[in-house]
Amino acid sequence: MEKAIKRYFPIFLLPTLAAFMIGFIVPFLMGIWLSFCDFTTVTDATFSGLSNYVKALEDTIFRHAFWYTALFAVVSLVVINIIAFAIALALTQKLRGTNIFRTVFFMPNLIGGIVLGYIWQLIFNGILAAYSTALNLNEWYGFAGLVILVSWQQIGYMMIIYIAGLQSIPGDVMEAAAIDGASGPQRLFKVTIPMMMPSITICTFLSVVNGFKLFDQNLSLTAGEPSKMSEMLALNIYNTFYGRAGWEGVGQAKAVIFFALVIIIGMFQLRATRSKEVQQ
Amino acid sequence: MKRKEHLSKLGTGLFTFISIFYVLPIVVVLFNSFKKKSYINLEPFKLPDSTTFVGMGNYTTAIDQYGFLKAVGWTVFITVGSVLVILICTSMCAWFITRVQNCFTKGIYLLCVFSMVVPFQMVMFTLSLVTDRLGLGTPWGLIIVYLGFGAGLAVFMFCGFVKSIPIEIEEAALIDGCSPLRMFFSVVLPIMKPTYISVGILETMWIWNDFLLPYLTLDLKKYKTISIVIQYMKGSYGRVDMGAIMAALIMAVIPVVVFYLSCQKYIIKGVAAGAVKG
Repeated sequence: MEKAIKRYFPIFLLPTLAAFMIGFIVPFLMGIWLSFCDFTTVTDATFSGLSNYVKALEDTIFRHAFWYTALFAVVSLVVINIIAFAIALALTQKLRGTNIFRTVFFMPNLIGGIVLGYIWQLIFNGILAAYSTALNLNEWYGFAGLVILVSWQQIGYMMIIYIAGLQSIPGDVMEAAAIDGASGPQRLFKVTIPMMMPSITICTFLSVVNGFKLFDQNLSLTAGEPSKMSEMLALNIYNTFYGRAGWEGVGQAKAVIFFALVIIIGMFQLRATRSKEVQQ
Repeated sequence: MKRKEHLSKLGTGLFTFISIFYVLPIVVVLFNSFKKKSYINLEPFKLPDSTTFVGMGNYTTAIDQYGFLKAVGWTVFITVGSVLVILICTSMCAWFITRVQNCFTKGIYLLCVFSMVVPFQMVMFTLSLVTDRLGLGTPWGLIIVYLGFGAGLAVFMFCGFVKSIPIEIEEAALIDGCSPLRMFFSVVLPIMKPTYISVGILETMWIWNDFLLPYLTLDLKKYKTISIVIQYMKGSYGRVDMGAIMAALIMAVIPVVVFYLSCQKYIIKGVAAGAVKG
């Protein structure tokens, strides 16, 4: 059978492959190469070794953005997952109207980051105005705002994954634990949570990676105000590329660092939670 | 037994309360969209009254002055076009690289998986250079870019499904004299229908809401998407028309909510399927 379909290679493979080259492989390789170059357009690129990386790491705003982003990723990870798990637990009990609640909680997930940012900007500024201040006056207002916004957006998504996980726990396991006299909290921590580790792995992975990659919401809610203090990594890279002439190489070097960071953190996180998964 | 019933009622009450709280931000924007623009920042939590009410004024401003409907049109075109092209091309690609096993096809698979974790910032600058050089700064060109950048997730999900299809069905079709192409469309494609829906949903959610990729690659003088128009309205310093922005936000949310309510079942299934594999 392989031989018969091999001749059809151009029809099956070529369109995707060509687009994949244009959309991913070529830009990716060019990006790696250009991070070692000085350039404003590609044609005048000259090799400059590691100087872009040195400049990137010396940039105090970039370093600030890194810690700000890391803190954000951790806080949003904890908030989103605890609330989503609690809601999923509650909604798998026999409650009236669970379907409606599920529908409501998931909805914000479908709205785009830019739109969400401006919706919440109105709300936060409306509340803060009562205390005669505003979102763009303090970086921690922006931080709290982003955590609330992202939780609002992603809790529903994680909830769906947790509900799917909870529903796949075999009923006899829970029954056995109850007959053996395990109390409610014991059943939760000794049976449910260990059985749920695969879902927890996925959700924590997604929320930490999403936290690091956050861009649209950051741009629309605070745009880095006050004076770049609420700027996260992705926005910082964007502003280095398009806001500072002559810094394109540094921007690309930052992008490579960012890419490496996301990969390392993702791997590390997967390892940490995978090791706690149990055989069902 | 009585106690349990009470608890259940309490739970329903609690969640009703939280749900109302959950949709409140959108409701606030909704009633602000009917206010005069100068009152929106002053008193955002007050309902419009006889002095502040402007009727549909903000909506007509957003449509007439900022070309909102045109942006909706282009967003629909780009989303529908890209998703259809992605579904057809990547499913064919995934089927091929699963059925023909050699170093080359394995390499493609690994590259696809790899591309899923690469953040967009890594390639955004060079991607905009490439698309500029190739003249892909049109909605039609953007479809090709989306096929390339969105291929990773789609190929990955389709491959996972193709592996579970028994190869005997396909062999039987080939022996009966079916060409591979026809076999793909009349045998494989119908079997993969659930995966088509899941992948389609995930890609639709991504492309519809995407901001940075079209912002960097599209020729913005001619074409804008919904997210870009809203960013323009807010980003143009000086005169920011809050009224028009409120109206635009509502008009951006309405199609999403309609889409969600009409295919909620598939969306939730798609999300769960995508997550398990991701």
